[in-house]
Amino acid sequence: MHQILIIGSGPAGFSAAIYAARAGLKPILFASSVEPGGELMNTTEVENFPGFPDGIQGPDLMAKMQEQAEKFGTEVKYEDVSEVELLGDVKKVMVTSGQTYEAKSVIFATGSAYKKLGLPAEERLSGHGISWCATCDGFFFKEKTIAVVGGGDSAMEEATFLTRFASKVYVIHRRDTLRASKIMQQRAFDNPKIEFIFDSEVADIAGSDSVTGLTLRNLKTGETSELEVQGIFVAIGTDPRTRLVHNQLELTAEGTIAVQDQSSKTSAKGVFAAGDVIDSVYRQAIVAAGAGAKAALDAEHFLASLED
Amino acid sequence: MSAPITVTERNFDELVLGSEIPVLVDFWAVWCGPCRAVAPVLDEIAQEYDGQVLVAKVNVDEEPGLAAKFKITSIPTMKIFVSGREEKNLVGAMPKVAIEQKFKEYLA
Repeated sequence: MHQILIIGSGPAGFSAAIYAARAGLKPILFASSVEPGGELMNTTEVENFPGFPDGIQGPDLMAKMQEQAEKFGTEVKYEDVSEVELLGDVKKVMVTSGQTYEAKSVIFATGSAYKKLGLPAEERLSGHGISWCATCDGFFFKEKTIAVVGGGDSAMEEATFLTRFASKVYVIHRRDTLRASKIMQQRAFDNPKIEFIFDSEVADIAGSDSVTGLTLRNLKTGETSELEVQGIFVAIGTDPRTRLVHNQLELTAEGTIAVQDQSSKTSAKGVFAAGDVIDSVYRQAIVAAGAGAKAALDAEHFLASLED
Repeated sequence: MSAPITVTERNFDELVLGSEIPVLVDFWAVWCGPCRAVAPVLDEIAQEYDGQVLVAKVNVDEEPGLAAKFKITSIPTMKIFVSGREEKNLVGAMPKVAIEQKFKEYLA
């Protein structure tokens, strides 16, 4: 039986792994088959992670975290977790290839998944003008007019990045103020290719085999209008990934995994959580990394208490 | 042992549309993180389904004509061709089992 299993490979998962590995707990970390590295893998320059005054590319930062975790003995598995059993003394983690791992403790660092707009056209036009990844898909919108939906840092980053390709980028936001950090806002405001449409939401997406336009609804006046675009990038936030633990761990009203006070302890003994899966407020790499360290320390303490 | 093949605008018709077995075509680029993540999965599929499924890769940077022809606006996009006809369109990186489910029905 293993001492500790870590599910998730973003900053929280790898920070937990670095701490747990240095404590000699030989952690196994499940990184998933196609999304290892978590959300930073889809970003470009990360400018606010301490220790990198010149910035660092998101994927490079994650590669370094993994290298550091492996250096101290973390075993990384590129497997998708399909099921977990958390309530007994022996925790079980099942992966899609059929294997079951058993351990005395588990750290959940599964992060969050992009929110969808919830429109009927979304599924049909996904990959035909609707995108969730500016760094992947910006290339296909050279000299096109596109829209970014959202008002946070991700939306500002995507909009600014997309001006490298697009001739015009509309940012559509539900409110009249942005949630994004001041520096990101300013960069977007200063960009002549970016135009803001406030107090508005996307009511419908037009297009038979690719996006041709949007119907916008002004939330203050209720009026609708049409906007001609060839692409739409959705950055309206994320939902915590808790599907695996719904019936086993207590969740908060916001849908995150509930933890006790300042700790990483979940409602199940020996099960800890860190990163965006417990945080609907800050959602920063550095905060997730800190939470990962806490989870590993809490797990270490728990494992030591089993020996008594 | 079989690995994915690289196809271009010049040989697409011959290698993909003319294939006697189903073809899984992956539209990708080096700067696309999810494409890199799904690459080892496609290598595995090429190896495990050697002779049953052909895995073909289209680099959209080098083959803008093919990307435009198939209206690719998101990568990775994977398309399944059977007997010269496009049967399925898969958008985004997905785990191996999810990709397998999409082409299983076309296996001989």
